[in-house]
Amino acid sequence: MLYFDHSASTPPHEDVIRTMAEVMAQHYANPASIHRSGSEASKLMKRARELMGELFQVGSEEWVFTSGGTESNNLAIKGAAFAYRSRGNHLITTQIEHASVYEAFRQLEQLGYRVTYLPVDSHGLVSVDDLKAAICDETILVSIMHVNNEVGSVQPLAEIGDVLKQYPRTLFHVDGVQSIGKLPIRLKEWHIDLFSGSAHKLRGPKGNGWLYVREGITLDPLFAGGGQEGGLRSGTPNLPGIVASVKAARLAMAEQTVRRERMGRLRSLLIQSISNIPELKIINGGLDAHRDDNIAPHIVHVCYPGMKPEVIVHLLEKHGIIVSTKSACSSKEDRPSRVLLAMGTGHEAAKSGIRISLGDEHTENDIRLLSQRLAMVVKKLKPLEGRG
Amino acid sequence: MDYEMIMLRFGEFTIKGRNRMRFEKRLKDQVLRVLKPYPAALITQSFGRIYIELNGEPYHPIAQRLQDIFGIVSLSPVKRTVPDLEAIREAALDVMKGYDDTPRTFKASVRRVWKEFPHGSQEMNHLVGGHVLRRYPQLRVDVRHPEIELRVEIQQEAAYVFSEVVPTAGGFPYGTNGKAMLLLSGGIDSPVAGWHAMRKGLEVEAVHFYSFPFTSEQARDKVIELARRLSYYSGGTLRLHLVPFTDIQTSFVSSKQDPLMITLMRRAMLRITEKLAEQAGASAIVTGESLGQVASQTLASMNVIGRVVELPLLRPLVMMDKQEIINTAEKIGTFATSILPFEDCCTLFVPKSPSTNPNLRVVEKVESFIPQLDELLAKAIEETEVMELNAETDLSGETAGRDEWF
Repeated sequence: MLYFDHSASTPPHEDVIRTMAEVMAQHYANPASIHRSGSEASKLMKRARELMGELFQVGSEEWVFTSGGTESNNLAIKGAAFAYRSRGNHLITTQIEHASVYEAFRQLEQLGYRVTYLPVDSHGLVSVDDLKAAICDETILVSIMHVNNEVGSVQPLAEIGDVLKQYPRTLFHVDGVQSIGKLPIRLKEWHIDLFSGSAHKLRGPKGNGWLYVREGITLDPLFAGGGQEGGLRSGTPNLPGIVASVKAARLAMAEQTVRRERMGRLRSLLIQSISNIPELKIINGGLDAHRDDNIAPHIVHVCYPGMKPEVIVHLLEKHGIIVSTKSACSSKEDRPSRVLLAMGTGHEAAKSGIRISLGDEHTENDIRLLSQRLAMVVKKLKPLEGRG
Repeated sequence: MDYEMIMLRFGEFTIKGRNRMRFEKRLKDQVLRVLKPYPAALITQSFGRIYIELNGEPYHPIAQRLQDIFGIVSLSPVKRTVPDLEAIREAALDVMKGYDDTPRTFKASVRRVWKEFPHGSQEMNHLVGGHVLRRYPQLRVDVRHPEIELRVEIQQEAAYVFSEVVPTAGGFPYGTNGKAMLLLSGGIDSPVAGWHAMRKGLEVEAVHFYSFPFTSEQARDKVIELARRLSYYSGGTLRLHLVPFTDIQTSFVSSKQDPLMITLMRRAMLRITEKLAEQAGASAIVTGESLGQVASQTLASMNVIGRVVELPLLRPLVMMDKQEIINTAEKIGTFATSILPFEDCCTLFVPKSPSTNPNLRVVEKVESFIPQLDELLAKAIEETEVMELNAETDLSGETAGRDEWF
């Protein structure tokens, strides 16, 4: 079986599994307890936080451990919106955010906040001018994802940060779930105030995520309780997961440059080898992860207009290839992709997206195999076009 | 921006004649130690200055570390270029790129050391300053009190361009003014006192008293962490003496002299510390006392407590306000650890109304009635545990230190 669904979740690294198991077995004490075992557990937490600080060149106390990307995004967005309501009532995000951002903003709209959803161009990129036009005195939060999970577009965070620098009362949140370990991340340089990440997207455990909260920012916590994580995230911390998640982050970030290069090459190869399948429309196929800064190296999105994407996924799986339909989190619904619609692909294409996402284990051979099988599947399905 | 060099300026010791060589050598060693992880960086020394050639090593982490090295008063990131007008102008613009668009006053100061250079210093001021002004119209010239002074030094082998002057820790190079013992509690004050002492060139060994099981392991760890933080400022290692104090404290409790409890404890601590100082070859004791802060820090208390030893007692914080001390604690990175909620032995057995005006003779009398006090003190010294700490010391404990988990 060849697994090409790394943007949904990744196979955990064997060292991550070992760390998780060992810490789980040996450090079951509650880090908040004052006995020796508790304090050892708490030291592990501290070390984990220090490493996160080092990895991202920020303060260790600026990291909050969460249960994953969804919680990080919710805590950042709602936590900031609630805490800074007295500053203003306006929020800005984009039309192509992950559901955990998008739906959080929908909830805030229900609560009376005004939300601007920035449009994107045909590559899935927001325009800095649109942002400038949308921002006003009332804007308390701008939330823009780093790498889009469906089409791999990379938003111009440095430029956006430069704009937002001039609005010290507006917070800048970035959903970095798809970018950690794939692209360089410069929290300070880009003036980012809040940054979400998730461990299982980079060969870490599920149920673990991180939220960077710049020093000086207060958030309203989502959970009431014992006041763990500086009061931002009550609940006994998932220590084995936290240690393992930091290990995964360290491994992923240590090889980021090499990975970007390698995956970028595989991505080009894949695009080149499926570009001659006329039925398939490759989204962002014209962007090259080596040449262009606005595309991630690990995501290829193709549409087969007129064909239900599930059919392709099922048939490919029968031939030993695992891919997914749009983003895994929403792929069970039979609705066109909000992201593709925003990019103006049209309704038909937006209903037929397939996402291929790359991992560390893939070789050029795997890519060739994938494109052969894909061609074969398309050929097989061709007579059924429009019926699915 | 990439800088090629860092210029370090020496502190107050440059005025001292005979000791200068020793101080400079010590400082150079300290700088070399900072540069150890950056093998390509090289240093050269000239009168009152050290130059670091980065050779591609990163400016920021090195500069950050150097800011905490005692004996350096300021540093500047320097751009180096060829001694040629156009190249110098280019470098000047590069340096000015570091500032934002806020209107500021400005001046160019050029020193032509290499006299063959075709333009004189005055002329160069205009040639470089004018070039910068054309590019950055928000700047206004003010030759008397400029906010930005762009400096250029033209030597035969290269021209050096810089403007930023980063103030650094100052003081004397660590260990150039002798050695002292530091009474280190888990509180806010004593680490700050230690830092001040170190900044004045004192080599420091820390002494901590703990009263297990009345104080927790975490309280002890907290002190180790504080000592480790101080070791960072030493540029090397710092020795920490952990003295078991429970038996002595209990013997004081049984003397039923509650109001004198703290006086007795502090005197015992000083006596032990003086003995440790003798062993360590230290000639002073540094404490974090600040006049009037608590009962044991009234003038009368200090007098009675201090009389028990002959070594000079240095109290760097004695005239400081609490807020000043807190500010320094935050600046030197000990505050967050100090306020962790673990009791140290001084907060234990604290009487409801401690004496603020103890009588020396009464105190000495009480001490004389405590059975085997000298033996208890000797035993505590014997059981003292010594740790050598440095900034890299792993404090995460035996199992928690399993860094391969990360």
